[in-house]
Amino acid sequence: MDLTTFDYQKLEDKIKTRELSCVDVTRAYLDKIEAARSLNAFISVYKNDALKRAEQVDKKIAANKAGQLAGLVLAVKDVLVVKGGRTTCASKVLSSFISPYDATVIEKLKAQDVIFIGKTNMDEFAMGSSNESSYFGPVKNPRDMDRVPGGSSGGSAAAVAGDLCVAALGSDTGGSIRQPASFCGVVGLKPTYGRVSRFGLVAYASSLDQIGPITKSVSDAARLLTFISGHDHRDSTSANLPVDDYMSYLDQDVKGLRIGLPKEYFAAGLDPQVEKPIREHIDVLQAAGAEIIHVSLPHTEYAIAAYYIIATAEASSNLARFDGARYGVRAQGVKDLEEMYIHSRTQGFGREVKRRIMLGTYVLSSGYYDAYYRKAQKVRTLVKDDFERALSDVDCLLTPVAPTTAFRLNEKLDDPLTMYLSDVYTVSVNLAGLPGISIPCGMDVSGLPVGLQLVGKPFDEGTIIRVADFLEKSH
Amino acid sequence: MHFEPVIGLEVHVQLKTNTKIFCRCSTKFGAAPNSQVCPVCLGLPGVLPVLNERVVEFATHLALATQCHINETSVLARKNYFYPDLPKAYQISQFEEPFCEHGAITIHVEGQAPQKIGITRIHMEEDAGKSLHAESFVAKNETLIDLNRCGTPLLEIVSEPDFRSAREACEYLVKLRQIVVYLGICDGNMEEGSLRCDANVSVRPLGEAKLGTKTELKNMNSFRAVEKAIEYEIHRQEMVLENGGKIEQQTMLWDANRNVAEAMRSKEYSHDYRYFPDPDLVPIQIARDYIEAVARRMPELPDAKRHRFQSFFGLPEYDAAVLTETPDLATYFEKVAEDVNDKKLASNWVMGHVLRALKDHNDSIHTFPVTPRYLAEILQLLETKSISTNSAKIVFDECFRTGYDPKNIVEKQKLALITDDKKIDQAIDQVLDSNARDVQDYLGGKAKVFGFLMGQVMRATQGKAHPQTVQQALRAKLDALKNEKSTEGS
Repeated sequence: MDLTTFDYQKLEDKIKTRELSCVDVTRAYLDKIEAARSLNAFISVYKNDALKRAEQVDKKIAANKAGQLAGLVLAVKDVLVVKGGRTTCASKVLSSFISPYDATVIEKLKAQDVIFIGKTNMDEFAMGSSNESSYFGPVKNPRDMDRVPGGSSGGSAAAVAGDLCVAALGSDTGGSIRQPASFCGVVGLKPTYGRVSRFGLVAYASSLDQIGPITKSVSDAARLLTFISGHDHRDSTSANLPVDDYMSYLDQDVKGLRIGLPKEYFAAGLDPQVEKPIREHIDVLQAAGAEIIHVSLPHTEYAIAAYYIIATAEASSNLARFDGARYGVRAQGVKDLEEMYIHSRTQGFGREVKRRIMLGTYVLSSGYYDAYYRKAQKVRTLVKDDFERALSDVDCLLTPVAPTTAFRLNEKLDDPLTMYLSDVYTVSVNLAGLPGISIPCGMDVSGLPVGLQLVGKPFDEGTIIRVADFLEKSH
Repeated sequence: MHFEPVIGLEVHVQLKTNTKIFCRCSTKFGAAPNSQVCPVCLGLPGVLPVLNERVVEFATHLALATQCHINETSVLARKNYFYPDLPKAYQISQFEEPFCEHGAITIHVEGQAPQKIGITRIHMEEDAGKSLHAESFVAKNETLIDLNRCGTPLLEIVSEPDFRSAREACEYLVKLRQIVVYLGICDGNMEEGSLRCDANVSVRPLGEAKLGTKTELKNMNSFRAVEKAIEYEIHRQEMVLENGGKIEQQTMLWDANRNVAEAMRSKEYSHDYRYFPDPDLVPIQIARDYIEAVARRMPELPDAKRHRFQSFFGLPEYDAAVLTETPDLATYFEKVAEDVNDKKLASNWVMGHVLRALKDHNDSIHTFPVTPRYLAEILQLLETKSISTNSAKIVFDECFRTGYDPKNIVEKQKLALITDDKKIDQAIDQVLDSNARDVQDYLGGKAKVFGFLMGQVMRATQGKAHPQTVQQALRAKLDALKNEKSTEGS
């Protein structure tokens, strides 16, 4: 029995009955991480800190004072700040940045005695769908080392899939949790925009970013979501709404649920090998008494364009602070302020980040604002309306996560447009601010995992967790 | 050719909130550099702004005081530009949907009819930090940054181009300053930068409807600088046009030492700010109920107070204007006037002795030793003729010097007048007895002798009798004697 393969559900009893100590578990994962260095899933590993913390948590367990996630060994995407440690965003510009404060989600999980094992690799500033834009090199897919793990939370997904941790946190701006979860065959949940505080999440596109869990089971995702959700007075965009106990949605049936299939998501471009296992799961739902409804999201074809305008516009402003003046990489040997800015940013950022900053700067420029940014916002409203209409008639939507399974490293690196288009099934969900979950639903012929996405109504993570859990347990 | 200047002002007022606009750092002026900062105002990776409610309240105050229409929804936007004292590389401000619009302030320039100056808009924004170059502790070729001021709340008040002279612009600025000080939302200190003013200036041939090309004047740190800089710029533009030249749209910096305005290098201001709504903040929604609640808490505004001082206290317009110049002075006066019957007497003393002492000693009315209660006491003693006007001044000065109770001072210095009429009568009788010849002279028609007798009585009472009382009593006595005499003679 390899305990590193367990989800927290299985591990919890063993830890809380002290059959396994947190130190044992932590050590097992640290060994695994060491053995799997070729995956390049981590940027920082909290070797000593994690063991020290595990010891403390063991004491708390012995004293019966442990938090509700005691001993959950968690990896954190390196876009979330953890006090005292390095937060690099997989960028050269922040390669030595130490945060003086904790993100709200980190604070919340610390309070539940989670053990932080390290910071995971990612696409630079969460910009990418393949985890190839990292300053620290690409992450490899544990299911096939020649393939990408997806992005931008590629390190988190690979770490979970490779059993280097119990679970991980990721961030999702246009699919960055769900797509890598799908490519690596694990569960990825993007909550409703506003469900989880963004305080301490280094912003890529503020109106789209959400933090969420990447886990080995739907149950773990539900549990982590329960603890990271809720209003935060430090984040004006976090919703002041009560938080469900998402565990209560597990082990339910799906009888009578109305599940919508958007026809635009099952059209040309979808790999039949991806479609097949999804269709099989639709049949499972139907057989269990769920009603399958065909719906339409007519503005889907404009979503990618709108997404890449809005996201890059916000990014161009969010990333402007990395100018070398106060922290981060500063170019040396410059003759004036302007040169300092130009050279620091030229040296500090990678190609994809520069591409998006330039695109975003352009769409906000005077004379282009109306044609691009304002129009994209209008499209966003239309996309949102599409979902609202569709979801008024059904309980949730079921779609693919990505048009293909994991592609090969370097395959799309020189073709950013194709890369952008692979986000087609995920970006709309961010534009509409809805919750989405990606769960493994089978394999293609080469044995690569296929993901299935469920999209819920705003703040109704419960329903998609219920359906996802049902499907997971139907295997 | 005759030209008409057209001027508009953009005024920034720094709000007197305890904490910054998007975090809980203190806004206190004068702290050690970079001691009032946190991850949020430092713009560290991952932080988010949260709007300070007091800023909205203060903005509502000013909107109401300037008769602006408060937008039901207004939006905070990012103004993007790179500068070392701007840690996020954008300033959170308002652009397309400002907090309020379409207001007015009435100004009164001496010798002109009152004028309504349009307020285009008022919006809220955060201040930037400070770059230090010239300070003694900064090495040559080095720039240090102090981010204490970064995130201090500001309101920017944009006027319509309604001014036709520097004088008018200045009058407006004085009035606007008075309003924000009255509202208690800004200390109005131009030297410390709590109140900053930029001016847009253009000129056009008299009678021409089309506006000329404007320049923007910056770096004016006093009312005087504002007036002089605008006058300078009007003159400069007129000369350029007179000589057949063209005005270039540019930003001019006022140099108060050399009394000239010079153009900034175009590179320094040709920004494309790429404004867009800040996705980290939600739109500001203002309900009617909220506005009404704030309105109920609004302090009295300068115009209303001035009118009340005229009607309620019966003061002349001039007095009312002087006494209401600052809310603190007005409050001081009102407290004095409460306990003094003669309001004009109170006004004279406050405008005269009090203001002079404040000015001479560069004192603040808050710490002024002659408290309203003390001044009222002095004036009551004067009103009841318990002390003379001269003594009152002595008591005032002493009270200012020592902070002692005026009654104590009167007692110690024996300044009290004889208020007992019998004592005065006795003194008069004595003087009349021992100066019978002079009395006879007076009764014989030598009116001048009255003064001599008066002096004798004053001497007999050691100057402690109120001269007016003595005068009345003496005259009454002598008149009585006169009557006796004429009765005898008949």
